[in-house]
Amino acid sequence: MNRDHVRILLPVMSLVILLGAVFYMQPRAMSYFGLNLLFNLAVPVALATIAQMMILMVNDIDLSIGAFVSFCACVTATFVQSDPVVGYAILLAAILLYAAMGAVIHARGLPAIVVTLGMSFFWAGMAILILPSPGGAAPGWLRVMMTAKTPFLPVAIIAPIIIALTMHYFVKRSALGVLLRGVGGNEQAMERSGWSVMVLKAIAYGIAGLFCVLAGMALVGLTTSADANIALRYTLLSIAGVILGGGEFTGGRVSPIGAVIGALTLTLAASFLSFLHLSPDWQIGAQGAILILVLAVRLVFTRREALV
Amino acid sequence: MNMLTRNNRLQIAKRGFKDLVGAMLRKPWIWAYLAAGITYLATLLVVSIGGGAWALLYAALTFASFAVIVGVGQMFVITLGPGNVDLSIPATMTLAGTLALKFMETDGALVLPGLLIALGVGLACGLFNFSLILLLRIPPIIATLSSSFLFQSLAIWSNRGLRIKPPQILADFTTGGTFGIPNAALVALLVSILAWFVLEKAIVGRWISAAGQNSRAARLGGVPVNAVRFGVYLSCAVLAGFTGFMLANFSGGANLNMGAEYMLMSIAVVVIGGSSIAGGNSNVPGIWAAALFMFLIVSMLNSYGFGAGVRLILTGMIIVSVVALASKRGHKI
Repeated sequence: MNRDHVRILLPVMSLVILLGAVFYMQPRAMSYFGLNLLFNLAVPVALATIAQMMILMVNDIDLSIGAFVSFCACVTATFVQSDPVVGYAILLAAILLYAAMGAVIHARGLPAIVVTLGMSFFWAGMAILILPSPGGAAPGWLRVMMTAKTPFLPVAIIAPIIIALTMHYFVKRSALGVLLRGVGGNEQAMERSGWSVMVLKAIAYGIAGLFCVLAGMALVGLTTSADANIALRYTLLSIAGVILGGGEFTGGRVSPIGAVIGALTLTLAASFLSFLHLSPDWQIGAQGAILILVLAVRLVFTRREALV
Repeated sequence: MNMLTRNNRLQIAKRGFKDLVGAMLRKPWIWAYLAAGITYLATLLVVSIGGGAWALLYAALTFASFAVIVGVGQMFVITLGPGNVDLSIPATMTLAGTLALKFMETDGALVLPGLLIALGVGLACGLFNFSLILLLRIPPIIATLSSSFLFQSLAIWSNRGLRIKPPQILADFTTGGTFGIPNAALVALLVSILAWFVLEKAIVGRWISAAGQNSRAARLGGVPVNAVRFGVYLSCAVLAGFTGFMLANFSGGANLNMGAEYMLMSIAVVVIGGSSIAGGNSNVPGIWAAALFMFLIVSMLNSYGFGAGVRLILTGMIIVSVVALASKRGHKI
């Protein structure tokens, strides 16, 4: 067991414990259909969490993810559905804009937290322009894909596994992933060994943009319609998911598998309460409490790690 | 903060106009004032001149004052250095406003206890935040984020989505004015003078900056870093609670998303105002300029008759460009 394994152990354990509690209280959730219900809203959250992870990996933070995912959802529910070519062009342009934002943030030495804050207004405005009132419709293939009856395991389980493994391979094993983590670890060292940090940051932001687009599309596939505020909570959820999954704010220390598990845990935390027959008033609070609890337990882990 | 600029001017005037311009340009907050001034004039172009000019300024001062008070709190936190941001401000505001108004039940005699409850809620929220940060070593962003989830739930649970009306006397006070200046702005001015004094004239201010620039060096230099952080997070939360109280009275009642816009607002006014997001460097006058600017943009775009979508897009683009223009290289989160 190396440090990475220890790091991933805690998120896995918290998910397993929470899942165990849910199954204990509601054994019927332990089925194909039950699992799908528990986790299907986790797919877009997991995608948004991966996007946030890409940004945290290069030592920045993105406060515009919620607004941007909402925007993507609006585009998907309108243009992609009625006018696929225009729709995909808009989404592609949005991803490029995201990459450009990363480049500008680095080139001008801007605080990412403020730039993304400003951009969140921009995306919110665009979303309202595209879809002034809730509505739209999911493209047929997307609806089919998100609600497909796959054998053995539901989409809600398969999709997060695919996302986690792909990103794990990319971040931990591929050359580009190592470079990006290097930017988070020591930007100057990367610059001096001849890599363009600006290009690398643009790539990181571009990939984040791509995952936000996927998150928006997945969300529309599930809800069949969109509105301009549909995903605003994702900003905070995605940050919480990354940290819950063992990621750090600095140093390029992130874990894609952990991030996806973190997203699943947060989604499950919300359902957990309805099984406890607690009032839905406490739903957000439960997410906060679980976050605090897991981080408190992590403190015990890291202390032990420091001693060894 | 007009007084401040005037004082500066008096001292510098003797050295000639060139020095004055130079000195002014070196102030980190000058860009925010310029931007606010330009938006003000641009708005006046469409609003009818005359009563319009003063009415606009009056409205701007009123709305800016709420942003100023939370902004001052956030500025103290951000000054502590990278990674220090209080994301629980909106939830604290909502909780404080809700509980205080619920207690007062529109009874004008209970104003003082109500205010104390709001401040107390802020204090408790701050204590909770800081205990997470210090005892559990949770990074401040995540600590304040997760506690804000809890505060928000608490607020939902306590008022069940009802709008609680404020006592008439408080509603009158917060919406009214004295000598033609909005009361809210006077209160905010008082808060910012106090904050300016603490930052610039008191030893505590030096400590906060020192902790923000290099917390290890500060600790070795004898600064009680943890005590400083404790005080800063506490005062930020108390200011948020206070703003929640004021805002709830001003807007005719506490409701659940009354604090929502202040998360972005509190950070934006600090950074646009010229404080370094990397910490260790802060300024109070800039917060006023930025808060006025943020309100004036919205009213400018409103008066030009733009729809909500375009208004948001332009707001975002203007914020990003102001930050891009005003920043010097080397700022990082």
